[in-house]
Amino acid sequence: MISLAHSLYVLSPGVKDGRWTVLQLVEALGFCLENTDPRTRGRGIQLLSQVLLQCYSLLQEKEVLHLVVFYESRLQDHHLVIPSVLQGLRALSMCKVLSPGLAVSVLKAIFQEVHVQSLMQLDRHTVYSIITNFMSTREEELKGLGANFTFGFIQVMDGEKDPRNLLVAFQIVRDLIAKDYDLGPFVEELFEVTSCYFPVDFTPPPNDPHGIQREDLILSLRAVLTSTPQFAEFLLPLLIEKLDSELQSAKLDSLQTLTACCAIYRQKELQEFLPSLWSSLRREVFQTASEKIETECLAALHALSACLSRSVLSSDSEDLLDSFLSSILQDCRHHLCEPDMKLVWPSAKLLQAAAGASLRTYHCITRSILPLLLEQYTKHTQSSQRRTILEMLLGFLELQQKLGHVEEDESTLLSLQAPVCSVVFSALLDPSVQLQLVGIKALTVLGSLPCMAFCTLFPPDSEAAMEAAGSLAPIYPKVFSGRMVPRLEEELLSGRESYHNHHSLQQRCLQALAAVSTHTSIVRETVPVLLQHLQKVQKGNGAAARNMVAVCQSLHRVALQCQQDAEGCWYFHQTVVPCLLAMAVEAAMPGKCGSTHTLPGKALLEEEVLAAMIPVISAATTHLSPELAAQSVSHVVPLFLDGEVSFLPQNSFPSSFHPFGAQRRLVALLMAFVCSLPRDVAIPQQEWLLRELLALSCSCNCPFTATTAAKCFAGLVNKHPAGQQLDEILQLAVNRMEASLAEGPHRMQALTLLLWVTKALVLRYHPLSSCLTDKLLGLLGDTELGPAAAEGFSLLMAESPDVLNKGCHADVRIMFRQRFFTDNVPKLVQGFHGAGPDVKANYLKGLSHVLNHLPKPVLVTELPTLLSLLLEALSCSDRVVQLSTLSCLHPLLLEAPQIMSLHVDTLVTKFLNLTSSPTMAVRIAALRCAHALTSLPTTVLLPYKGRVIRALAKPLDDKKRLVRKEAVAARGEWFLLGSPGR
Amino acid sequence: MVGGRSALENANPLIYRRSGERPVTAREEDDELPDAIDDREIFDLIRSINDPEHPLTLEELNVVEQVRVKVNDAESTVSVEFTPTIPHCSMATLIGLSIKVKLLRSLPDRFKLDVHITPGTHASEHAVNKQLADKERVAAALENSHLLEVVNQCLTARS
Repeated sequence: MISLAHSLYVLSPGVKDGRWTVLQLVEALGFCLENTDPRTRGRGIQLLSQVLLQCYSLLQEKEVLHLVVFYESRLQDHHLVIPSVLQGLRALSMCKVLSPGLAVSVLKAIFQEVHVQSLMQLDRHTVYSIITNFMSTREEELKGLGANFTFGFIQVMDGEKDPRNLLVAFQIVRDLIAKDYDLGPFVEELFEVTSCYFPVDFTPPPNDPHGIQREDLILSLRAVLTSTPQFAEFLLPLLIEKLDSELQSAKLDSLQTLTACCAIYRQKELQEFLPSLWSSLRREVFQTASEKIETECLAALHALSACLSRSVLSSDSEDLLDSFLSSILQDCRHHLCEPDMKLVWPSAKLLQAAAGASLRTYHCITRSILPLLLEQYTKHTQSSQRRTILEMLLGFLELQQKLGHVEEDESTLLSLQAPVCSVVFSALLDPSVQLQLVGIKALTVLGSLPCMAFCTLFPPDSEAAMEAAGSLAPIYPKVFSGRMVPRLEEELLSGRESYHNHHSLQQRCLQALAAVSTHTSIVRETVPVLLQHLQKVQKGNGAAARNMVAVCQSLHRVALQCQQDAEGCWYFHQTVVPCLLAMAVEAAMPGKCGSTHTLPGKALLEEEVLAAMIPVISAATTHLSPELAAQSVSHVVPLFLDGEVSFLPQNSFPSSFHPFGAQRRLVALLMAFVCSLPRDVAIPQQEWLLRELLALSCSCNCPFTATTAAKCFAGLVNKHPAGQQLDEILQLAVNRMEASLAEGPHRMQALTLLLWVTKALVLRYHPLSSCLTDKLLGLLGDTELGPAAAEGFSLLMAESPDVLNKGCHADVRIMFRQRFFTDNVPKLVQGFHGAGPDVKANYLKGLSHVLNHLPKPVLVTELPTLLSLLLEALSCSDRVVQLSTLSCLHPLLLEAPQIMSLHVDTLVTKFLNLTSSPTMAVRIAALRCAHALTSLPTTVLLPYKGRVIRALAKPLDDKKRLVRKEAVAARGEWFLLGSPGR
Repeated sequence: MVGGRSALENANPLIYRRSGERPVTAREEDDELPDAIDDREIFDLIRSINDPEHPLTLEELNVVEQVRVKVNDAESTVSVEFTPTIPHCSMATLIGLSIKVKLLRSLPDRFKLDVHITPGTHASEHAVNKQLADKERVAAALENSHLLEVVNQCLTARS
C-alpha cells in the first residue's frame, strides 16, 4: 500500500491545477470510502480531507454541498473515522462558497453526533476551529440558531482540559458575548463552564513546545469573565469567595479580575455585594503582609469607587456611592487619629484609593478627612506624629493634583486654604528634618494646585515663605524662572479685579518676584516683568503712585540682591536705569496733558514715587566696577546737561528734554545715580554740573527739588578731589549761600544747602567745614531760621540714607562725630549762655542732637563738663530736648554716681516732674532715670525715699502699659533701698 | 510663720517653662490710646518673684499661673490664686506674703487685693488665707526685719 503522504503528494497538485476534479477524486477513492473496514475507510476519508484542506478554495458550491452531506453522514461513523471527518469539515468550513444553511447544519450535526470531550486534543481543537471559522464568516446564520448554538458550544467545551484548546474556547466565548449571540437561558451555564477554571492553576510543563504561559490563560479567562455584566451575579460571589481563601495567587487574581470588571459594571451589578466586597478588601489591607496584595486591593477599591461614581442614577434608586464611602469613612477615619498605630497607614491608603477615583469621591472623602487631619496635626505635638499626619495630608493633596481642576466653589481644599498652609508652614519651620522634607513636598504640591498656588506663595506668614523661596531660588533657578515667575507675571498682568484683596495680592506678587530674584538667571526674568508692570501702572489711573512705589521697592530689593554678582549687577543697571530714566523723561515732557502732574502718566513725578526710585538707581550703581560706571556716566550726565536722550530705550520724545529747565524734579534721579558712583569715576563736565545744581538749589521754589539739588551738590563735593577747582566751586557756593541767607525769598533753601554742604565737608574733614559750622551756629540765634538750623544738627550727625554715606562711596572719616563734638560743643554751650531767652532752646536742641548721635561711652567722659547745661535742659519744654537730655543722663547715673550725687536734689525733682509729661516716651525715659538713680549711694538717696515712692504711685496708674512697667520697676527698686535683704 | 530652713521640703520640683517677655504691640506704642490693666500685666508682676527655697521663680515652679490671675480694672479688684508645690509646704504663707507685697508696691492703691491659695491644694489652706487677708497681720509681718529681709530677697530682681 502506498503511504498516505505519497498519495497526497501525487494527488493534491492534480486537484489544485484542475487536472482532476474533486468528484473524480471521490469516485477514485470510492472503494476506499465505502470499505467495510473502518481503518481503510478512515484512511480514505483522511486522504480526501487532506486534499480538501489544501484546495478548499477551489471547490465549487455544488461540490461543497455534496461533500458536506457526505461528511455529515460520516459523523455517525466509527470513532476511528471521526478525526478525519472533522478535518474534512474543517476544510469545508473555510470554503467561501458554502451555501446558506450548511454551516448551521454542520454545527447541528457536530453538536448532535460528536461527543467532543471524548476526542483527542487535536480533534477537539479541530472542532473549535470549525466553530471559530463559522463564527467569523457565518455570524448571521449562526445567530439564527438562537440560544441552541450557545448551548451546543457549552456542551462542546464542557470539561475541556488542554490549555491550547482552552485559549481557543475562551476566545469563542468572548466572541459569543462580544458579538451579541443569544445566550438565552444559558448565561449561568456559560459562566459555569468557563468560571470553573478560575482561578487558573496551571504550570506549563518543562520544554513545553507550545509556549503557553499561565499568564496567557489568566488574561484570556479574565477577558471572558469580565466581558459582560450578565455574569456579575455569579462572578462577584466567586471573587469574594476566592478573596477569602488562603491562596495568595487566588487573591491576586480575584482582585485583578474585580478591578477589570468594574470597568463595565454599573451600580446595579455591584449593589448587592458592596458590603462584603468592602469588608474583604478592608480585611486584606489591614492584615496582609504582601505589598502586592495591598496594591491590588487599593486598585480594586479605586475601581469600585470609580465605577459607582460613574453610574447614572435613576431617580428612585439610592446613591450607592454615598453609602459605600460612608462605610469606608466609618471604618477608617478613627484610625487616622492614632498616628503611632499600625492601622493608620492602611486606613489612609484605603481612603486615598477611594478618594482618587473621581471628583465626587474626592470631595466626599476630603470633606470629612482634611479637617480631621488638620485638627490631628495641631493635637499631636511630636515631630514624628506630625510627619505621619502631614504625609497623609500630602497624599490627599497629590490626589487633587492628579484629578486636576476642581470647581473653585466646590473644593474642600479651597475652604481650608489657610489652615492647610499654616500646617505646611509650621512643618517647614519644625526642627525635625524629616518633617521639613514632607513640608517641602507638600509645599511643592500646593504650589502646583491652581486654587492653592497663591496662598502658598503668600501665606499669612508670608515673610518666612518668601525668604524660603529666596533661598531656594539660587539652587533651583530653572524651576523658579520657568514656573514661578511666569505664574506671578500672569497674575500681575491679569490685574484680576474680582479678587477682593486685589491690591494686596498684587503687592505680594511684587514682593515675591523680588524675593526670588536671588540668581542672575532669575533676575533676567523678573526685572522685565517688574518694569513692564511699572509701565502698565503708570499708564493706568487710580492709586498709581502707591503701586509704583511698591514696584520700586521690589526693584530695590532685587538690586540689593544682585549687588554682589558683577554680571547681575551690570544687567540690572543696564536694564533698569535707562528704563526708569526714560519713563521719567517721558512723564516730564510738557504739553501732553497740561501742567498738573496728577493726570494719568504723571504719577511718576510725584515726590513719593521719585523718592522710591532713588534707592533703586542708587543700589544699581554703587557696586558697579569703575569701568562700567564710567561707561554709564557718559550717557547719564549728558542726558541731564544736554538733553541727550539717544541712549534711552524709547527715545522718540515729542519735545526736547531740559532737566535744568522745565523738568527739574528729575534731578532726584540724577542725584541717585551720580552720588552713588565709586569715588574714582570721573564725572564728565563736573564743574558745569555743579554750577547748575548750585543754581537750582538756591533758586527753586519747590522744596523737594531744591533739597535734592543741594544733596546732589553736597554728594559731589564730598567726593571731589581737593584742589583749586574744589576751592573755587566751594567759594562760589559760599557766596551764593551768604547772599541768599541774608535776605530774599530763598532763605530756607540756602539753609538747606548750607546744611548739606557743611555735612559733606565735615565728613571729609575739609578745612572749610569749621567756617560753615560757625555760620550754622550763628543761625541758631536767628528767630526765623533758628529752629530749622537746630533741627539741622540732627541731619549733620545722623547717617543719611541716600547720599553721603559709606554705602555710596562718600568720603566719611570714622571719628567725625567725636571731632564735631569736641570742636563745636563748647561753642554751643557758649552760644546758649549768650543767647536771648527766645532762642535758647535752639542751642539746647542742637546740643541734644549732637549728644544723641554720640556713642554713650564717649559721652560719659565728656558729660560732666556739660552737666549744668543738661540739668538746665531738663526744664526745657521741648520734647526732643527732654528726651535727649534724659537719655544722656541715664548712662551718667550708672557710670558716674559720685558726680551725679552732687545734683541729687535737682535730679529727683526734675525726673519726678517729667514722669507726668504728656509724651509717653518722655515719661518712660524719666522713670528709667528715676530707676537709675537707685545706683547712687544709698545714704544720699534715703532722704528722698518716701517722696519718690509716693510720687511714683501716680505713674503706676498711667494709661500706657509701657509706662506702668517702668514705674513698677523703679518703685520696686526704691522700696528696697535701705531695706534688709536687698 | 516661717518654717525651719534647714532642709528643703521639696528637693526636686517640676520645672515649668517661662512665658517670656510680653511682646509690645503697636497699640501700646500709640501715645493716645489707653491700655487697660489686664491679667497678663498682673501675672507679669508676680511671675518673676523668686521662690524662697529654690533658685527658681514662682512661674517656673507653677506656683502662679496666668489663668489663676483675675483683674477687673474698672472695679479695681485683683484676685490671685497660688498653688504651693506640695500640700504641706511651710513656705505657703511666705510665698503669699511676697505676692501680696509685690502687688502692694506695684499697683495703684485703688486696687483691692485678694491673694489666696488655690482651693484644695494645701493642708492649712484656710489658716494661710486668713493670715493673708488680714491687713494688720500683713503690716505686722513686714515690721519684722527678718521676715522683711526674706520678702525683699524674693522681690529682688535677678540680673
